[in-house]
Amino acid sequence: MTAEPDGPKDRLRRFATIWSRAVFPVTSTSLTRPEFEQQLLPLARRLTDALHSRAAAADEGRAVGAALVAAHCTDPEALTRTLDCVDAYLVLYCGEDGDPEELRSRCARLQHTMAAGFAQALRERTLAEQEAISAAALKAQGVVAQALHATEARFRAVFEGAAIGISIADLEGNILQVNGALLRMFGLTEQHFHTRNVKAWTHPEDAPQTWTLYDELVRGEREHYHVEKAFYRPDGTVLWTNLTVSLLRDADGNPQYQLALMEDTTERRLLNLRLRYEATHDALTGLPNRTFFFERLEKALGAGDGQRFGLCYLDLDGFKTVNDSLGHAAGDRLLVEVADRLQACATAPGEMVARLGGDEFVALTTGPDTERDVDELAARIMNALVTPVSIDGRSLTVRGSIGIVEGPSGERSPAEVLRSADITMYRAKSAGGNRFELADEEADARAITRHGLTTALPTALDRGEFFIEYQPLVHLGDGSVRGAEALVRWLHPQHGVLGPDRFIPLAEHTGLIVPLGRWVLEQSVRQAREWRERYVDAGPLRINVNLSPCQLTHPALVQDTVDILERAGVAPDALCLEVTESALIGADDALLKPLRRLAEMGVDIALDDFGTGYSNLANLRRLPVSILKLDRSFTQSMQQFPADPVDLKIVEGIVALAHSLDLAVTVEGVETGAQAEQLRILGCDTAQGWYYARPGPPDRLHDLALVDATG
Amino acid sequence: MDRPAWAPRSIDISVPSVARIYDYYLGGSHNFEVDREAARKAMEFMPGLPKVMQANRAFMQRAVRFALGEGIDQFLDVGSGIPTFGNVHEVAQSARPGARVVYIDHDPVAVAHSQAVLAGNEDAAAAAADLRKPLEILASDEVQRLIDLNRPVALLLVAILHFVEDEDDPYGAVAQLRDALAPGSLLILTHASYEGIPLPAERAAGTVDVYKDIRNPLIMRSREEIAQFFEGYDMVEPGLVSMPHWRPRTAPEDEDPYAFSGFAGVGRTA
Repeated sequence: MTAEPDGPKDRLRRFATIWSRAVFPVTSTSLTRPEFEQQLLPLARRLTDALHSRAAAADEGRAVGAALVAAHCTDPEALTRTLDCVDAYLVLYCGEDGDPEELRSRCARLQHTMAAGFAQALRERTLAEQEAISAAALKAQGVVAQALHATEARFRAVFEGAAIGISIADLEGNILQVNGALLRMFGLTEQHFHTRNVKAWTHPEDAPQTWTLYDELVRGEREHYHVEKAFYRPDGTVLWTNLTVSLLRDADGNPQYQLALMEDTTERRLLNLRLRYEATHDALTGLPNRTFFFERLEKALGAGDGQRFGLCYLDLDGFKTVNDSLGHAAGDRLLVEVADRLQACATAPGEMVARLGGDEFVALTTGPDTERDVDELAARIMNALVTPVSIDGRSLTVRGSIGIVEGPSGERSPAEVLRSADITMYRAKSAGGNRFELADEEADARAITRHGLTTALPTALDRGEFFIEYQPLVHLGDGSVRGAEALVRWLHPQHGVLGPDRFIPLAEHTGLIVPLGRWVLEQSVRQAREWRERYVDAGPLRINVNLSPCQLTHPALVQDTVDILERAGVAPDALCLEVTESALIGADDALLKPLRRLAEMGVDIALDDFGTGYSNLANLRRLPVSILKLDRSFTQSMQQFPADPVDLKIVEGIVALAHSLDLAVTVEGVETGAQAEQLRILGCDTAQGWYYARPGPPDRLHDLALVDATG
Repeated sequence: MDRPAWAPRSIDISVPSVARIYDYYLGGSHNFEVDREAARKAMEFMPGLPKVMQANRAFMQRAVRFALGEGIDQFLDVGSGIPTFGNVHEVAQSARPGARVVYIDHDPVAVAHSQAVLAGNEDAAAAAADLRKPLEILASDEVQRLIDLNRPVALLLVAILHFVEDEDDPYGAVAQLRDALAPGSLLILTHASYEGIPLPAERAAGTVDVYKDIRNPLIMRSREEIAQFFEGYDMVEPGLVSMPHWRPRTAPEDEDPYAFSGFAGVGRTA
């Protein structure tokens, strides 16, 4: 601005400077003072114009007052200083040549209107700002409320949608809120919960500490606890839960509510009970199993002074025959029936029946008077088996052998007791079965348990405890030695030499028969080669080796046999495999196929123990056998003289039949010369028995063969 | 759970707010009686408090213009408070239409008011976030939408760091923001201090107590401590000085004595 010194413009500027200096300290503007002065300059001009104008002075005054507010001179002190300044300097600096009286009066009015304009603008601005900040507060509160609402909605969804039951109660036990899962678990309505105090939810199975923990929690001494707890449902069923109760405190830490979280464990518990049942019961008969029985036996044996126990160990006689002839399904039904009858025998407290496996059952009685009780129990069991069992319209007679052990608690271990019972049961069985025997400690000590032998079998083969004896087979026509039957023996470190009847069934049972049989075959074939090499003149000597049913079905039978023969360099016709008649009962083509292949190769197959089973003569045709071995029961009757003519006729008939089928006949158990002669007359081809030689080491055959050769 | 971190459980307008007290110092009426009462109490100890605020605003405006002169057209104002007059967006957008401005405050009322003021302004926005959680600031929709962190930004921390206590790690927060900024960005900062106040410290401490009473403690820091906020920045001339001395447009001697309270400075990231 160019202003001539002391001209009107310069004077106006000086007025604005004075004004800005007066007001600047009390403004809120962020302008500098010179900038602020620039802002006041137009206002000063308007005031000057109004001072010189007749009209519109009031409007101008109000406008300038309002403009001050707009320039952030909101402090009332700014108005005071402005008015002071206008009053003192406006006329002085900007009055120019006007009438002083008139100017003063206009200036005064201008100040009034400026004050009014300032007040009105400040009022409007204040109201507007108050309105704005209130609106902002309201809006912010809305945002927060919305966020809270969303949070609460989420929590409510969690509460309602939770899979576990949730309830909130006050510290007096009044239930305030429950969720849907809890209602479903209990099968109750919300109303029910609100009318029942927490303390009313007792159950007889509550653990002793359950309610102590509760009291501690509501007293504020405990923050939470966890228990397994049962509840009654309205239908009388039981709800089992995993219950966690927590104490909720208010902002100041004072106990306020209790929060219960419940997980329904009813099914899991049932499952556990069921698993426990399955682990301790026999699936077929539903009787307690070996595990359960041992638990109880252990408990009975651990009972205090004056307590005794009595144990009956039952094994069915001839059960294997039922299984073999009628099939396993029938066998199983027989076992179920027997189990039911046994169960009915042991109903008194302290009595139990269990199935140990197969056809072996045990009955246990406990108490102070088991000496008498156990006898009665055994008698009841024997009696219960008397009535035949009807299966598929067949009436089966069931017999059993029982070993009884009775004694005071606290002396023996369960295993010892069971071993004793097992031995005793075998004593009953070997005495003909269908009876019970009482344990006798001396007999126990001597007895060889099947158990002991069974466990010793595998190592016995490794340790070379088996050996083979040979019993010569003699031609009845010329008395020459034609070969020998290989008979396996077990030189048991404690029990001495054991015959095959003692351990072959066990080996069959455990599967050890396969390696054992292979070993016997190897040894025997090697022996056969030795003989053949040594006695070239004695004619083709043959070795007879027994095949057990288990070996018969073993897939490697043919291959193993071929390998053994080849390795030994022995022709197949040096070998005769003996198979029992019973092993081939009901044999189908699959079973016969390996035998046929061996027969085709030139290995002889002999049907052992012929005449003991129900011999199916018609069946003979289709069997790949070339030799019948008559059971010793036929020869036994010929030991007397004269022999029973009927027996003679039978043997004669069998021999005739065999020969007509192109089968050779061998007889066993020949003990006298008369017998041998008789059998020769009847047409039998070869014989073995004590008359010729007992089974012995391979050298003995050497002697015989020599005798034969020289004689 | 998913409640926005900033959202308080409720808004209690019976509790004084730092932002509204500030507005009162600046002659505004965006405040309630509780705010005015606290402000008047503080002014009993430091009658010139409004002048401190005015100086803050004047410095801020000069710094914004400086930033514009440096070619910066993005502004992130943390602790922006209640917009009254001469705000960043007014200064920036009048000088450079299209300049982007995001205001951040943790006071939901201040944010709501800012949003009302900015309604219709495409290039400016206000968001609720807390300086103590810098990553939430950077992740806010408004910053994501308006600020391009690959280009220089002017970060304003004007009269806010003295409300962040040491246990909330103000240095860490400032460093986290710095690390997010592109080279050439500016930090515009003011901070309260006993240094420069034209009163004995014991008297000024009365003001500190008032803020403590309203649960918004005012942390006075020394010049040295304040300088540490600029770690990783090169100070712009004239460095860390009292507000009237930072690139003044009029002689500092003309300023109110209270305007010299505390320190102001601008730094540039390398």
